[in-house]
Amino acid sequence: MKLVLKDLTKIYPPRGKGSAGAVVAVDGFDFEIPDGKLVGLLGPSGCGKSTALNLICGLLEPTRGQIFFGDEDVTGLPPEKRGVGMVFQHYALYPHLTVLKNILFPLENLRGSEKLSKQEMLKRAYEAAKVVQIENLMDSKPSELSGGQQQRVAIARALVKRPRVLLLDEPLSNLDARLRLQTREEIRRIQRETGITTVFVTHDQEEAMSICDMIVVMQSGRVCQTGHPQKVYEEPESRFVAEFLGTPPINMFSARVEKGGLYIGEDRVFSVEGAAEGEVVAGIRPEGFEYDPKGALCCKMNRVERMGRDVSVVFSHAAAISAVLRAIVDADEAPGDDEKDIRLSIDAGKLRLFDKESGQRIYCTLR
Amino acid sequence: MKKNNLKAWLYMLPALAFLGVFLVYPLIDVFIYSLEEGYNSASQTFFGVGLYNFGYVLRDPYFLQALKNTFILVMITVPLSTGLALLISLALSSVKKLKSLFQTIYFLPYVTNTLAVGLVFMILFKKTPYSEGLVNLLINFFGGQSVDFITGPYWAKMFVLCFYTVWVVLPFKILILTSALASVDQHYYDAARVDATPRWRVFTRITLPMISPMIFYLVITGFIGAFKAYSDAVALFGTDLNAAEMNTIVGYIYDMLYGNSGGYPSYASAAAVILFAIVLTITCINLIVSRKHVHY
Repeated sequence: MKLVLKDLTKIYPPRGKGSAGAVVAVDGFDFEIPDGKLVGLLGPSGCGKSTALNLICGLLEPTRGQIFFGDEDVTGLPPEKRGVGMVFQHYALYPHLTVLKNILFPLENLRGSEKLSKQEMLKRAYEAAKVVQIENLMDSKPSELSGGQQQRVAIARALVKRPRVLLLDEPLSNLDARLRLQTREEIRRIQRETGITTVFVTHDQEEAMSICDMIVVMQSGRVCQTGHPQKVYEEPESRFVAEFLGTPPINMFSARVEKGGLYIGEDRVFSVEGAAEGEVVAGIRPEGFEYDPKGALCCKMNRVERMGRDVSVVFSHAAAISAVLRAIVDADEAPGDDEKDIRLSIDAGKLRLFDKESGQRIYCTLR
Repeated sequence: MKKNNLKAWLYMLPALAFLGVFLVYPLIDVFIYSLEEGYNSASQTFFGVGLYNFGYVLRDPYFLQALKNTFILVMITVPLSTGLALLISLALSSVKKLKSLFQTIYFLPYVTNTLAVGLVFMILFKKTPYSEGLVNLLINFFGGQSVDFITGPYWAKMFVLCFYTVWVVLPFKILILTSALASVDQHYYDAARVDATPRWRVFTRITLPMISPMIFYLVITGFIGAFKAYSDAVALFGTDLNAAEMNTIVGYIYDMLYGNSGGYPSYASAAAVILFAIVLTITCINLIVSRKHVHY
């Protein structure tokens, strides 16, 4: 089921007298989610991603705009008529019911022509349980399960009524680091197996990057950029997106374009074509550096961190904007521990320029 | 370890001493008095030991009347007040405007003195040579016959007593239930909504189980409170409850100690022990039933 949002907007009116004005939680969402894809709504806390999810779900009514499931306009439909499955952040499993009864719950609500026989319900419940691999837990109460198991039950409960769209609100935020890694693979697998268009909300860019077919990066209610995770990572359209994606984060320098050259501090690193003269911000991913005695960038090295395969060089530079600068280099090419002044060369294909004021990407050719 | 234990007991000593002197000792004493025939508290004498007191009390028509009244009161008011409180709390939690105003109004009876409320009920229900009472005026208005609620037929008096009791216990139950309802996580309702759960099913399958511990608490304390009813009856029918056929078990105990027929601590103790046994039995039954139906 294709999911289309058109100018979707949610404005919360100001609360009472004296409080701040209206809050625009979701501002003019305009994008399309292709059928059968896994999509991550990604953004920092309070950027309106959960609100957007609740709008798609129908728990909130939009102030403006439309939502389409396929060709059907569902904007005016209440959540129960949209055919969505929702996994809540805290799972919202009914604590007094067993896992089986929790999964059966949505099926028991079906009325009229959709009404199922008891056997059919059980069959469907066990099918859903099998997908998330919890068949052996059917008689437990939610309180007896671990966080990851509860998560699976919640997904099974959302899947059992065969929703047109599956929505997950911060599905991994309550799990510990190890389980998070496991569960995100699991979500990917379940989504592939069922082929249901899935939207999930997360503030963890690594999570979104690793499993999504498409990510939607948001900032204060607005969509910054949509696209395939790798594409967005490599070609950020704004400084915010560049800084938000990637661990370790992108290194930011204040730079300037002068006489056809790009200067970082005093170092002329590249010659530029197609960029106006003036102050800019240069962003370089940690993997965009190379340790090179003839490199263009003179830096002070602080320390070398060796983490298995990768070696990251932590360094400082007078023109740095980022608090910590970090270059990831090959282990056999790394500088020695006691070196002070080092030179780094920059991969022209990994350097991105942004406007100093607006933060918008400046497209130009570097050589 | 042993020393720690000693310390722990030492810390608990003040509380234990108070409980012992003011709770355990009187309780044991009541049991002893109930077995001593014709105990006289002034001279500290008695004739003999045995179950005579219980036999006397259980054959006393006044006690049987009190027993009957108390049971009727309990069986009517506890389910009725809990059910009503639940309905009102549900209504309260679904209104948005003036919510706190309504909450205050419903809570007012709780902070009002029982006897003052009793007086108001007298004005509402009592028939005097000068006035029929407000309720009778209403009954007349709809074409009914006046009823003497305070000194009239038994069922009318019982009605007033039950009505009054329900009215008095309602606010506390509403308070407890509204807070219980408010503490149910909104996400459960959201989840139920997404799953197209009908309203009635949301209530029976989600709300009710979630607040069942509180309902159970109210039923148990309601039973105990209703079994110990006394002041309500006094407020409505005056101190001579035996004559009004409106006595309760606690009223009977009080009368045996200090009333017109007072000065019988043995009979009073026997009645108290019987009341204790009844309350204990009912509470045990409640606990057994709740095991099956209360969650968590």
